[in-house]
Amino acid sequence: MTTNIRYKSRMMKSEDSEDKQYVGFATLPNQVHRKSVKKGFDFTLMVAGESGLGKSTLVNSLFLTDLYKDRKLLNAEERINQTVEITKHTVDIEEKGVKLKLTIVDTPGFGDAVNNNECWKPITDYVDQQFEQYFRDESGLNRKNILDNRVHCCLYFIPPFGHGLRPVDVEFMKALHEKVNIIPLISKADCLTPNEVKKLKGRVRDEIEHFGIKVYQFPECDSDEEEEFKQMDKELKECTPFAVIGSNTVVEARGQRVRGRLYPWGIVEVENQSHCDFVKLRNMLIRSHMHDLKDVTCDVHYENYRANCIQEMTSKLAQDNRTDSPLPILPLPTPDGETEKLIKMKDDELKRMQEMLEKMQQQMHEKDQ
Amino acid sequence: MQRFCKTHYSLMCNLCGFLQLILLFLNNNILYMQNRVEENMSEIVPPEVRPKPAVPAKPSHVALPSRSALLGYIGIDTIIEQMRKKTMKTGFDFNIMVVGQSGLGKSTLVNTLFKSQVSRRSTGWSRDEKIPKTVEIKSVSHVIEEGGVKMKLTVIDTPGFGDQINNENCWEPISKYINEQYEKFLKEEVNIARKKRIPDTRIHCCLYFISPTGHSLRQLDTEFMKHLSRVVNIIPIIAKSDTLTLDEKTEFKQRVRKELEACGIECYPQKEFDEDMEDKSDNDKIREAMPFAVVGSDKEYQANGKRILGRKTAWGVVEVENPNHCEFSLLRDFMIRSHLQDLKEVTHNIHYETYRAKRLNDNGGLHPISSGQDTQESNL
Repeated sequence: MTTNIRYKSRMMKSEDSEDKQYVGFATLPNQVHRKSVKKGFDFTLMVAGESGLGKSTLVNSLFLTDLYKDRKLLNAEERINQTVEITKHTVDIEEKGVKLKLTIVDTPGFGDAVNNNECWKPITDYVDQQFEQYFRDESGLNRKNILDNRVHCCLYFIPPFGHGLRPVDVEFMKALHEKVNIIPLISKADCLTPNEVKKLKGRVRDEIEHFGIKVYQFPECDSDEEEEFKQMDKELKECTPFAVIGSNTVVEARGQRVRGRLYPWGIVEVENQSHCDFVKLRNMLIRSHMHDLKDVTCDVHYENYRANCIQEMTSKLAQDNRTDSPLPILPLPTPDGETEKLIKMKDDELKRMQEMLEKMQQQMHEKDQ
Repeated sequence: MQRFCKTHYSLMCNLCGFLQLILLFLNNNILYMQNRVEENMSEIVPPEVRPKPAVPAKPSHVALPSRSALLGYIGIDTIIEQMRKKTMKTGFDFNIMVVGQSGLGKSTLVNTLFKSQVSRRSTGWSRDEKIPKTVEIKSVSHVIEEGGVKMKLTVIDTPGFGDQINNENCWEPISKYINEQYEKFLKEEVNIARKKRIPDTRIHCCLYFISPTGHSLRQLDTEFMKHLSRVVNIIPIIAKSDTLTLDEKTEFKQRVRKELEACGIECYPQKEFDEDMEDKSDNDKIREAMPFAVVGSDKEYQANGKRILGRKTAWGVVEVENPNHCEFSLLRDFMIRSHLQDLKEVTHNIHYETYRAKRLNDNGGLHPISSGQDTQESNL
């Protein structure tokens, strides 16, 4: 507010007519910017896929850090009894005064066993847990320092060796597409020729449509955006799923030191757009759509979860014969099969009764007035 | 004149030795059959213990024939030429099975190995081909000819292996198929009126495709190889190895070799069947280089003024037959140019004999006239 007044007083000295229409809230974005820079941002990224597809290497390449320095790889025997784990690495990165608290959620063991039935369950449970925790915090008394651990984006790695999506890929994405923003990637794309990349991308896109999987869609460009931006956006959308290559090593190519992989037949440069889509992924993930990913998580996925949760709770409340409280009470432990059936049966009846109650309340309110 | 005699002498010794071996082999076989029938039936050989391979061994009670000097040229060495002519006329069978997850380049590799479109998928997969729900066994036969030698090559594909969410026991259809082929051969062999040349559908070689993750073997890989390495010759291959740099390749190979050893998996060439020092040193060199990291391709490109098989990417052309790029030529030389006959022999003399011994023991002896199933095949 003070900035506005200051601005106004300055303008008064020069042109009198114009400044009557100029209020000055155009500086709001600057204020938001300054506050957020001080506060810092946070972003949670999940990487999922079979082991050996280059997930850790890609994460290191994206954020130019080495998050997996002391990782020990298990051999086949040790992995027999391994179940899918969820591991978190948090890193604080700062660039030009802007702080980012980056959390990478890894899923080692996914898809590695002989029997992979329900191997995505630990992952969906984790995502739900984060939502539940945020829900409790939001409904709690002290809301000043809510820790947002919700997963904002999930990079799913599709192996380039197959002919498209495998059954386990389809099941995983179907289990998670309504909870998390899924971005499918074709990993280790340096084993594919340009033709093969095109074919595989087309096939994956068709199969995603065929199975009704809702992957993260880039928001449409506003009509008043620059032409260049629109062109970039269009290219980006036609390129999905991105075919990426990651590298932890720096090699010498064309007289420069670049991140790449050295083969006897040539050098693959990670940041070369004609070699792979790594640059597009990085731009999209970090430089243009990071905030949108967070928004979609908050506005769509979290709200879905919250609506489902509240609905479950109100039906339980009605069963326990308690009155409506202004704040939703935290979810009770799930009842066994029989009571759940009863709850579902009486759900419709309760909804109707609630509607009637609302109507009566409105009528009473009107009468009072 | 002296030198001529010496070389001739050594040739004669070799031939004598060769003939000896044939005689002993026949002798041993007869003894072996007699022993089986007369042995006490209560002595059941446990399935894990493999009976001694029927490789000709020199029984102590047969006196070695003395070597006598020849006074002139007889012409016994022409037997090699006679054998060669016969083999060329009859041609031979070779059955190769490819196992691995879909998309690892199995069909392409087989086409590259035999330089022709022999694999089922050579026409390119269509959009409607779905992953089968259970492992299927599909076999395709071709007759290929080179230098007057005819080979009936059968490629057995296993679509659906390792592609489902739950892959438990997905090796069972494969194991069943292999044993069925042994059973077929056994039935033919045990017939009273046998065919002159029993059609050989037994799997001589199984190429197992390992996914190039760069970490280590997957659980599915070790389970498959554990169950099948005692039944068929398995040659593990690292598929699509153009995704690994040279360092990653060496590390990965080392790890795979260590794991195979730790699990007690013996791939072809098996150490226990090395016959002499020469074999052992050759095979040791091969064992050090296994598993071969290969790249397959059926497209040709122009490089260095020649047309070569390869894969053209935005950063270079991967040459399939260049030993600096991948080990395809090593695999081809090993499998086809030096050990093709040995693969067949190990299958016949060892794996098949093990199966046969187990079957004979289980049934208490399989007589030619015994069961009703055999009588229908008793006439040609």
